[in-house]
Amino acid sequence: MKPAQFDYVRAGSVEQATALLAQHGARARILAGGQSLMAMLNIRLAEPALLIDISGLGGLRDIRIDGDWVEIGAGVTQAELLAWPALATELPLLALALPSVGHFQTRNRGTVCGSLAHSDPSSELPLCLALLGGEVVLRSQRGTRRLRGQAFQTGMLSTAREADELLLAVRFPRARAGQGFAFHEVARRHGDFAIVALAVSADASGATLAVGGVADTPALCKLGLDRGSESSGAELDAALNAFAWEMGGNDDLHATARYRRELVRRLAPGLIAEALQRRASA
Amino acid sequence: MAEQQASPTLKAGQRHEVSLELNGRQVSGWAEPRMLLSDFIRHELGATGTHVGCEHGVCGACTVRIDGKAVRACLTLAVQAEGSKIQTVEGLAAADGKLSLLQQAFQRNFALQCGYCTPGILMSLAHYLETNPSPSEQQLREVIGGHLCRCTGYTHIMAAAVEAAAAMRQAG
Repeated sequence: MKPAQFDYVRAGSVEQATALLAQHGARARILAGGQSLMAMLNIRLAEPALLIDISGLGGLRDIRIDGDWVEIGAGVTQAELLAWPALATELPLLALALPSVGHFQTRNRGTVCGSLAHSDPSSELPLCLALLGGEVVLRSQRGTRRLRGQAFQTGMLSTAREADELLLAVRFPRARAGQGFAFHEVARRHGDFAIVALAVSADASGATLAVGGVADTPALCKLGLDRGSESSGAELDAALNAFAWEMGGNDDLHATARYRRELVRRLAPGLIAEALQRRASA
Repeated sequence: MAEQQASPTLKAGQRHEVSLELNGRQVSGWAEPRMLLSDFIRHELGATGTHVGCEHGVCGACTVRIDGKAVRACLTLAVQAEGSKIQTVEGLAAADGKLSLLQQAFQRNFALQCGYCTPGILMSLAHYLETNPSPSEQQLREVIGGHLCRCTGYTHIMAAAVEAAAAMRQAG
């Protein structure tokens, strides 16, 4: 299908973009890579009156280390982050997860921040943000604020972004010595929407499992060292079972909620063991 | 950040001139803000080698190269392509009509049947093999996995991709 009609403006600066957002509010949408938004426009799930294109703003294209954080600007594409030489050491979880974000052809244009702003329940970047305790930077004419990933993503395709705010950057905490990560995704075709996506971070205090694709937002399950280290124990199985039921989940064309929960129960133990092992060898 | 000149708003329902480079030639056409780059290339510029399938980024039929990168033309607005360099399947062969090494490999391996998905796959591989001249079979599978082909079962496409990579390495 084709998009409904809209006005289009190429923002000349962040200030111009936030001024337009302040003026038009929820009637306007920010366009960066467009790999989620353009699909929404084409199938008319979104019909904004104005598109504000920020893809030409050079100041938003930086990946920079800021103390204990890696800050990624709103214009950075998924392909650019994947090609960042320090990725495997600074953000090892993202090095594992990014190849599953869409396809080669969509990563060439799709942005890291755009994927977060779109907030699909099955997408990998919101999952990583929630698990790592990262934060988004929101800018409006009223000022700048930061929100933790879990506070930002409020539901299916919905976030805590106010209508006049621009998602300016995302900040992920840099990996520390003694941490280990693992990622696995089940999809019909590599690069398609995840039926279930699982990520694990492990350190001296234990392991945390994050699951996308089941509930409306990424779900976290913290496992203490006594449980986490016993990757096939009955106690772990019971904890994962309780976690799976807590997430609930929905049936759709691709899989039932029951199948999704079963994938979590079956795949999580091996992935937790993998993360714990990587922690030891890190 | 330096304040740049604020661009004028392009109004809905009105046609605006879009100029770009298509396969090495400077061209221009007219597009409403909502016109997709895929439709602009086909209907305004008349280059119908780029095909349109799902129009939401899944099938890959419309894949073209914008400033060298393989992307979905259906997930890009024509007005966004202003000033860019676009390459479509028409730009792969040499001026004298001699097929590129990639196209020759597709021809030799019967890597197409109806041909609908082929231009998109060629554009993806043309970009990918530039960035990674010695890909593993798994890497090629993932790139081709960004395209839907309902005829071939992919076996011949994979064979062509592997052969093209080798031929391009040899040619330097």
